[in-house]
Amino acid sequence: MKFLATIGLEVHVQLLTRTKMFCACKTDYGAGENTQVCPVCLGYPGALPVINEEAVRLTVLTGLMLGSKINRFSKFDRKNYFYPDMPKNYQISQYDCPFCVGGAVEITCGEKVKKVSLTRIHLEEDVGKNMHIGELSSVDFNRAGHPLMEVVTEPDMASPEEAFAFLLALKQILNYGLVSRCNLEEGNVRCDINCSIRPEGRERLGVKTEIKNLNTFKGVFQALNYEIARQTEVLNSGGMITQETRRWDSERGVTESMRSKEEAHDYRYFPDPDLLPVLLSREQIQLWEKDIPELPRQRCARLARQYAIPEYDAKVLSADKDLADFFEKAAGLSVNPKAVSNFVMTEMLRLLAEKEMEIKDAQITPQSLAELVKLADEGKINSNSAKQIFAALFEKGGAPGRLMEAMGLVQVSDAGEIEDFVRKAMESNPKSVSDYRAGKEAALKYLVGQVMRLSRGKANPQMARELLKQKLG
Amino acid sequence: MAEVSALLRERKCSSLELVQELIAVIRKNDSQIGAFVSLDEEYALAQARRADELRRKGTELPLLGVPLAVKDLINVQGQTCTCASRILSGYVAPYDATVIARLRREGAVFLGRTNMDEFAMGASTENSAYKITRNPWNRDYVPGGSSGGSAAAVAADETIAALGSDTGGSVRQPASFCGCVGLKPSYGRVSRYGLTAFASSLDQIGPMTKCVRDAAILLKTIAGHDERDSTSAKITVPDYESGLRTDLKGLKIGLPKEYFIDGMDAEVEKCVRAAVAECERLGAAIVDVNLPMTPHAVAVYYIIACAEASANLARFDGVRYGCRAKNADDPYEMYCRTRAEGFGAEVKRRIILGTYVLSSGYYDAYYLRAQKVRTLIRRDFERVFAEECDVLLAPVAPAPAYKIGEKIEDPLQMYLGDIFTIPANLAGICALSVPCGFTAQNLPVGLQILGPAFREDVLLRAGYAYEQAAQWHLRRPDVKK
Ligand SMILES: [Zn+2]
Repeated sequence: MKFLATIGLEVHVQLLTRTKMFCACKTDYGAGENTQVCPVCLGYPGALPVINEEAVRLTVLTGLMLGSKINRFSKFDRKNYFYPDMPKNYQISQYDCPFCVGGAVEITCGEKVKKVSLTRIHLEEDVGKNMHIGELSSVDFNRAGHPLMEVVTEPDMASPEEAFAFLLALKQILNYGLVSRCNLEEGNVRCDINCSIRPEGRERLGVKTEIKNLNTFKGVFQALNYEIARQTEVLNSGGMITQETRRWDSERGVTESMRSKEEAHDYRYFPDPDLLPVLLSREQIQLWEKDIPELPRQRCARLARQYAIPEYDAKVLSADKDLADFFEKAAGLSVNPKAVSNFVMTEMLRLLAEKEMEIKDAQITPQSLAELVKLADEGKINSNSAKQIFAALFEKGGAPGRLMEAMGLVQVSDAGEIEDFVRKAMESNPKSVSDYRAGKEAALKYLVGQVMRLSRGKANPQMARELLKQKLG
Repeated sequence: MAEVSALLRERKCSSLELVQELIAVIRKNDSQIGAFVSLDEEYALAQARRADELRRKGTELPLLGVPLAVKDLINVQGQTCTCASRILSGYVAPYDATVIARLRREGAVFLGRTNMDEFAMGASTENSAYKITRNPWNRDYVPGGSSGGSAAAVAADETIAALGSDTGGSVRQPASFCGCVGLKPSYGRVSRYGLTAFASSLDQIGPMTKCVRDAAILLKTIAGHDERDSTSAKITVPDYESGLRTDLKGLKIGLPKEYFIDGMDAEVEKCVRAAVAECERLGAAIVDVNLPMTPHAVAVYYIIACAEASANLARFDGVRYGCRAKNADDPYEMYCRTRAEGFGAEVKRRIILGTYVLSSGYYDAYYLRAQKVRTLIRRDFERVFAEECDVLLAPVAPAPAYKIGEKIEDPLQMYLGDIFTIPANLAGICALSVPCGFTAQNLPVGLQILGPAFREDVLLRAGYAYEQAAQWHLRRPDVKK
């Protein structure tokens, strides 16, 4: 039997604020254990929370970017449960009055474009982190109280690919709004999955399972693949799916049932009496609306139009805000945006991936790239040399013109000099010469290559080709 | 306090001498009274020396060198803060509560920590994990609660003044039982930062003093917005002391019918009625008013207070501070055993009650409904203060202090003793307890003055005029007896 999958996601995103959700502690990543804590985020007796307004702004901005309805009356609630990494043994979260309701994220999966609807976006505080060292267990509370935005989707996705595309699209948008760094290594994005399957043709959804705490997009993809296959097998063999919470074991590549002890939760939500409700004025929301940036899709369309570059280029460039920013700065300084795009899409992305770096860590500036493109366009360097100079700029920075000379890469366009190389190439390759004269076009290409080799890459290949053709005449 | 300040200012005595003398009184009497749960003499003396030093250098501050006692649930940096619970035994507060920081800034000296009902749950100070506090007027009787230690310390002259906290009457009722002045400020008037929470939407720190003027001075110091407590109001704090007057001309006083009920103690009623007459003599106009929602206040209070307490007390789990049960196999067992061993019966009773009223299926019937009735209770007050009177006069408690052990086995009867104090907490208004007479057995009786939110100035003015005319506050208990 063929089954259809139904997938919903709850995405927890650490917001890019300087300080924690309810206190003035720093949110820097990688600080020593329990160095960014105070009575408030440690839940000490008598300590009280105070709302971080920047976290509220970022949450509302996210809602505005995703077309949610913004609740002008919102409040924080206590969600009660005991856990060693939760200092107060309740989490301040939002229950029935979240900041944002509804909205959607548009995704492209293969050829298909679709909208994944959102249920809500709310704000809460992160918990600490349990660490187990051998027999010993300890807790690092640096993360406790970090603002955490939760984006909850409708069960709108039908495949692991769509879930993956959703996460990528959401990440791009959050990057664009400077809402979160979305750094997966730092645990900025964590995800819970709801997944069920049903036989094709049936309307009613099947029994769902929840997979908790995925912290990579790849993990989400793999866990879903596994879970759909598992559920399919259970149903095909006449079994029933039990509603339960499961855990993804990335080592073994399986989902497994979690202890039922953690299942029967009655969170006993009630409004946090330490915090007043949040009332957002229309003016305040309008002010924040001005912060809505151009979103990835809009930018993609604009890049293609404004710089006359192919749709494909625009899509790759706009997928990453920093990459697109870099491109636009360089393209704006150049008369040849397509050449700029080529450099960014091939050389830049390759080097970034190779060296596992971010754009801001590269030494090359948009100005130097524009200059490099100009040198190539003017025929002062050939494409090979340009690549070498690009690599040097990427690594150490500098002025392309000076580098070109220092590296001895000035293109030889002097006819006399090139003629020497042409003569030498013909002398040492008599077979190719006769082949060409016998009508084999390919031999010409080989001879051009020889000229380039003899000139150590500096000869103007156009001129070399013309001269060869003349001589071979 | 004003006299003490003057003595200190005129160098007739030093803060060190004063603190030494109080320590001597405490040493002599407190084994009988039990007002203090801990006394760090070195700490108190060091602060007094520092205050004297500052004065020598020419510093003049309103409270410089004045010794105060602090209820054991308000955090003072470096001092234990046990909330009279085993679960916090040995816990040393890592920071100052905002009220403490403000008093420190004015030069106050902190003598020690006063006893209370565990986590402020109780009305007799018999629910402390450490000791029972006795009423200085008669040691067979309770001092009231939960701020019983603070009230007894003030009454027995073991301190100049004290801080208490009032969630359902915990400042006013012990003040009434011990014959001192107790003020519950409006909700939001005083920062709760550093007050170990019992019920966050009801708790408020208040001064407990020998006279109304002292309450005015202390309130002025501790009141005002605090950016660390978002429920503290951004409303200007008047100079309460300079607003005090000795007449009540033009003041309209309401007598709420629901506060003079059948079954209330005849002596208490007599004292309160006499006080009303005295106020009339001082120029006030008396009107009868109705607060029809009053009978629901106790039920509403115990639902909301317990619900909030069940969450507030969840943090006491043995993980980061306080005591921890030994030899547990996993965190769950550790929590369970820590809490089973650490909390007393009354606290457990309220946590269970609070957990129950918040659980799914019961939330609407209890918590949500209680919140709605709470709104109606608040509207009752808003209406009478808007239309009928400036303040209300009422008893603080239906009866004077009772014997130790008399009600401890009957929590419900104890809860009903809060019937006249609870509505002010639910409505967020301010209320003051002033001595208004004594019973035949020489037990003090308190008069309660209730006023609109943030009108502590009116309360204090009324309380001061009455106090100066009646002079009950000058009577002292014979502690030697
Ligand atoms: Zn903190």
